[in-house]
Amino acid sequence: MDHIVVLATVTIQLQRVARRFIVPYDSPRQRRNKLSQSTGLLRTCFYDFHVSRGAKMVDFAGWQMPLQYRGIIPEHQHTRTGASIFDVSHMGRLIFSGPDALNFLQHVLTRNLAGTAVGQSHYSLVCNENGGILDDVIVSRYERHFLVVCNASNREKLLAWFAAHKGNYNFTLKDETLQTAMITVQGPKAIRLLDELLPEPASDIKHYHFAAQHYLIAQFSVFRSGYTGEDGVEIICGITAAKLGLNFLFKKGADSSSELLQPAGLGARDTLRLEAGMPLYGNELDEQTDPISAGLGWAVAKDKEFIGSSALSKIREEGPRRRLVGLFVEGPRTARHGTNVTLNGKIVGQVTSGVASPTLGRQIAMAYVDAAHAAAKTPLNVDIRGNSAAAVVTDLPFYRRPQ
Amino acid sequence: MPSPTDRYYTDTHEWFKPEGENVTVGITQFAVGELSDITYVEFPAPGKALSAQKMFGEIESVKATNELYAPVDGSVAEINEGVKKDPSLVNQDPYGKGWLIKIKTAAKDFSSFLSAQQYDAKYPQS
Repeated sequence: MDHIVVLATVTIQLQRVARRFIVPYDSPRQRRNKLSQSTGLLRTCFYDFHVSRGAKMVDFAGWQMPLQYRGIIPEHQHTRTGASIFDVSHMGRLIFSGPDALNFLQHVLTRNLAGTAVGQSHYSLVCNENGGILDDVIVSRYERHFLVVCNASNREKLLAWFAAHKGNYNFTLKDETLQTAMITVQGPKAIRLLDELLPEPASDIKHYHFAAQHYLIAQFSVFRSGYTGEDGVEIICGITAAKLGLNFLFKKGADSSSELLQPAGLGARDTLRLEAGMPLYGNELDEQTDPISAGLGWAVAKDKEFIGSSALSKIREEGPRRRLVGLFVEGPRTARHGTNVTLNGKIVGQVTSGVASPTLGRQIAMAYVDAAHAAAKTPLNVDIRGNSAAAVVTDLPFYRRPQ
Repeated sequence: MPSPTDRYYTDTHEWFKPEGENVTVGITQFAVGELSDITYVEFPAPGKALSAQKMFGEIESVKATNELYAPVDGSVAEINEGVKKDPSLVNQDPYGKGWLIKIKTAAKDFSSFLSAQQYDAKYPQS
C-alpha cells in the first residue's frame, strides 16, 4: 500500500516537473511560419515538404500554399477512399484567455458557449450588427483558454474587430498563427491510421471534440473535425514538433499500407467541401450575407444576446429573402461563382460555387435563390456564359459519407 | 520541361503547329498547369469560320473556365474527338494527343508569334 502512495507521489512530482518543461508551443524566438523575402508571402513550416512533393504553390490570402500535388481530381478521390493530409497552417489560430474570455466570446460569437465542456468544439459565426457574416470559425474550449480557428483571409479583420469591441472585457487575445502549425488528415482510412500513430487513439475523440495530447515534450491538440465530408482529425502543434510529426506520419503512414497517406492541396479541399455542402467564406459567406439565409441558423443562438442578435432574430422571424441551396446542373458545363440562376427567363438567384463533382460524376453548384424557389426539386435554369442549362434544387449536402 | 520548338506560341497560351494547309492548335503546359484537371472542352463546329485573336471555344477545369483563341484566320478543319471523349488527354499530353482543333488557313507569316524559347522565357513554369 505504502509503495503505491509513494509511487503516486513520485508520479505527480514527475508530472509537475514535466509540465514545467512542456511548453504548449515553441517560443516566438524559435521556429515560425516565415515571411518569404522574395515573394512577400508567408510560408508555412511545411513549405519545403510541399515543394519536394512537386506541389504547385499559389498565393492564398497572403500565404504560399499548395494548390495541388498530383492533380485535384486524384487527390479528391484519394480523400474519399483513403487518407489525405492537408497543410492548413494558414488558418488563423487565436487564443482567448483571462477572466472575461468566455463572456467576450459570448458577445462576439453567434453560438452559445455557456454549456460548452472542456474538450468540446463548436462551429460558429462572427457577425456584424446587421447580422452580416465577418467570418465562420471553430471555437474550442480548453481548461484555461479558448481557441478560435478562423479563415486566413479574415484573420487581420477579426483581430481588428475583436480589438474594437474589447470594451471593458478583461481578457488577453494572442495570435498564435505564426508560432504553430495545423494539418488535417481526412478520409475513410484516416482514423484507423491515426489510431496506430497517436499516443492516444483518435477514435476515442468524439466528433467536434478534441484531445490535448503529448509525445515526449511535444504537445499538440487533436480535433475530430474537418472540411471534406470525411471522417478525420485536425492537429495543431508547435512548429518544431510539426515538422518531426509530418515526417513521422509519412514514414508510418507509408509503412502500414503503401501510399495510404497522400498529401492533398487546397484545390481538392475546395472540391471536397463543396460536395459536402460546406460553405466557403468569400463564396457562400460574406458581410452582405446572414447565417439564416446561408442555412446556418443552427449555429445562431436564440437564448443569448450578441453582436448581430437582434438583426438575426428579425430575419429568422420574417424568413430570409433568399436561401442557399444545392443545384444539380444538367450537361457538361460548370456553373461558376456569379452565374445567374433563372426561372422563365427571370433572374432568381446567383451561383456561389460550382464544380464537376469528381465523386458524383455530374455538375453541382451552390446558389442563393429567392426563398419562393428554394424548395427541393424546384426546376430552374442557370445561364452559363450565354447558354441556358437546366438545373434542379436539391438538399445539401450533395455527398454524405457512408456510415 | 522546355516547350517543343517545332511550333509557335501565343500570349493567350495556345500553341499552333503549321502542317500543310492546316495549323494544329492546342494549349501549353503552362496553361494546363494553371487550369489543373480539365473537365470539358467546348469545341466549335467543324467548318466554322474563325478569326485570329477571336474566341473559338472554351476550356473548363475543376477550377475555372477559360476562353480559347484562334491564332489565325481560317475555318475549323477538324476537332479532336479523343479530347471530346476524354478531356484529361489535355492534361496528360498537351502537345500531342491533347491537341484541340485543326484550322484550315491561308496564313503563312507567323513571325509575330512567340518561339518556344521566347514563350518559356516569358512564362516560366514554377
